[in-house]
Amino acid sequence: MRYPSFLQRTADRADVQPVRVLTFSINGVTVSAREDETILTVARQNGISIPTLCHLDGLSERGACRLCIVEIKGSPKLSPACVTLPRQDMEIITHSDRVMDYRRKILELLFTERNHVCSVCVSNGHCDLQALTVELGMTHVHYDYLHPQQMVDASHERFSVDHNRCVLCQRCVRVCDEIEGAHTWDVMGRGHLAKVITDLNEPWGESTTCTGCGKCVQVCPTGALSEKGKSVAEMTKKRLFLPYLKLMRGEEER
Amino acid sequence: MTIEELQEIGKIEKEKQDGFKHRIHVCVAAGCLSCQSGQVKEALEKEVSRRGQESWTSVKGVGCLGLCTAGPMVAIEPDGILYQGVSVSDASDILEALGGPAVSRLDCSAHMPFFTKQKKIVLENCGKIDPESIEDYIAEGGYEGLYNALRIMTPTGVIEQISKGGLRGRGGAGFPTGLKWTAVSKTKSNIKFVVCNADEGDPGAFMDRSVLESDPHRVLEGMAIAGFAVGANYGFIYVRAEYPLAVKRVRTAIARAERLGVLGRNIFNTTFNFDITVRLGAGAFVCGEETALIASIEGRRGSPRPRPPFPSELGLWGYPTLINNVETFANVPPIIRKGGDWFAATGTDKSKGTKVFALAGRVNNTGLIEAPMGTKLREIVFDIGGGILEGRKFKAVQTGGPSGGCIPEQFLDMSMDYESLAKVGSIMGSGGLIVMDETSCMVDVAKFFIEFCMSESCGKCVPCRVGTVQIYNVLKRITEGKGKPTDIGLLEELCDLVKNTSLCGLGQTAPNPVLSTLNYFMDEYRAHIDDKVCPAGTCHFNHTEESQ
Repeated sequence: MRYPSFLQRTADRADVQPVRVLTFSINGVTVSAREDETILTVARQNGISIPTLCHLDGLSERGACRLCIVEIKGSPKLSPACVTLPRQDMEIITHSDRVMDYRRKILELLFTERNHVCSVCVSNGHCDLQALTVELGMTHVHYDYLHPQQMVDASHERFSVDHNRCVLCQRCVRVCDEIEGAHTWDVMGRGHLAKVITDLNEPWGESTTCTGCGKCVQVCPTGALSEKGKSVAEMTKKRLFLPYLKLMRGEEER
Repeated sequence: MTIEELQEIGKIEKEKQDGFKHRIHVCVAAGCLSCQSGQVKEALEKEVSRRGQESWTSVKGVGCLGLCTAGPMVAIEPDGILYQGVSVSDASDILEALGGPAVSRLDCSAHMPFFTKQKKIVLENCGKIDPESIEDYIAEGGYEGLYNALRIMTPTGVIEQISKGGLRGRGGAGFPTGLKWTAVSKTKSNIKFVVCNADEGDPGAFMDRSVLESDPHRVLEGMAIAGFAVGANYGFIYVRAEYPLAVKRVRTAIARAERLGVLGRNIFNTTFNFDITVRLGAGAFVCGEETALIASIEGRRGSPRPRPPFPSELGLWGYPTLINNVETFANVPPIIRKGGDWFAATGTDKSKGTKVFALAGRVNNTGLIEAPMGTKLREIVFDIGGGILEGRKFKAVQTGGPSGGCIPEQFLDMSMDYESLAKVGSIMGSGGLIVMDETSCMVDVAKFFIEFCMSESCGKCVPCRVGTVQIYNVLKRITEGKGKPTDIGLLEELCDLVKNTSLCGLGQTAPNPVLSTLNYFMDEYRAHIDDKVCPAGTCHFNHTEESQ
């Protein structure tokens, strides 16, 4: 921790851990945070729920789904709460009409992009995307559905991937790379043609790097990745290993 | 190397060139090469040796002469004669006419407004020097700026001159260059990087390519000066692989500069080391965005990340990194050589210096031009550009490529600078200028640009990935005569969403062409939707044919 020179004597004390803490406000409530905590973390500590999709505790942040955008007073730009660090005396508004409206529209865009048919989905009732529609009050989609043709890869002996349900959050890519260390998953293609792939776009069952750990299936927010043998609404995800690992790594850092 | 040695190289080169009574300059930039200027140069050389004139006539390949539409271009020095549309069979006539009046059927007046209305700072050597000869560049005062910076000035002094000159980033947004340099120089790190962004991807833009092809040493010198100013010892030029000639000339230039000792270790006998490496981009438009560019150089997938932290703090491999555009670096050597005040004398109050534009579209003189900031749009289109093709009516100009907007006729007398362009809903961009006439359908233009952004979106953030597809689909059905009355509102809503919630500059600016055409050409949208008519006659509606 570097301090200005006039404070250096205090900072040099060996019996204190110099961590800078600052105060700012979320929705008018004054909160305090360590300078390396994101707005999202601090908001959740204080019981303020900000909708997220690509974010998952224990994985690195991407700032890509744009559902956690918040307003910062004095800035015309909207900032993603998952990657924005607070500054002293910042004033943050998390649920203004403007951002709620944008969040709903982004969610609608996600529903138009691929074929999210809940009634026949293995994750019906246990789906992060579905839960978001309830949280954001999305009752219908007023953009045109794109109805793309997407494939299903069921070549793996225990799991299958249904690209119709994929929202390209890349949780699978990150958990495979950061936690399992296999980096079986990655993304190919650009824009709306982007697609998650195993190895060099080979069938999952033929992947030589996949360890079969199933972490990707558990972190997937939708029914895109599921265990075989699960019927409609039967696929529940078990993600407890992530907070556990996070805690263990937190211990290491300290 | 000392300054005396540097000047000696320049002097010898100058004397060598002055020894020739006639110097024939043939443009060998990509534009003219594509219409056989390489063969023209060969034919001229053969003809010279056939006539036994080698001792007093030289033939030299030079960079872009500007008027790309009339290529291949040949210039005769010191007479100041310019030939256009030269073919192999013209070689003997050109040599015959040396010393006398010009060959009239090839003559291209050097006094036409296209040449006289321009002011050249970045392009001062284009069309004069051989891009593959470092001696030629030194003869024109090259690397003196670097010498001055290293031996006479301090890093802060260099930044001071850049700030005083008021140079702003030429890549599009116009961020003050001095401020960016200060930010990087103030970050504490033993390792820093300088990156030259030559990933020029706008449709119809070729400024950076031309500069790299015509005068590569200028960019290298600018980068080395920047490296000295911010405390970096490594430079990268990120150039797209679609520019093979530019890549080749830059690589040649780096090799020659290293051999002479103006790049590499202990430049000009100082402790300053600077190495430059070329990295090729695989042609993704998004890699022009600085964080995506960094990812690409590092060898990762070229997708942007949220800022802050900015690259000046956390750049290549986590080290502070200065990223500037080709044209920005090309402006640096003359500023250091002649001083910030000299540079600030050109341009407007807030936009200093000149801007290089790639003039394209329905205009008579397409090509590479450089005009002082603040030049009226009308002068660029009608004087330098020579007016609209076949005398048709001017309709609009698209600046800034897919991130910019369309400027309609009512703003023809606006001054071309960063602020004025932003005021009318466009941006300066990197300098692409596409002129459109009455036969261009503005809905179709908007569709073209949004289709470009749609296919170039990296797919990381949702609004840009899906929003651009939605906008494209709406525009597509309007141009097919299937538009609904609610489509205008839908377009406005989608544009607002994509603009305000996208992650990087690509998504945030992608709706600009749609928004500006909605703003200025609403009647055309209405005609498509309500009357099922395309006023420009470019869109074809199937059902109107059926009803006939």
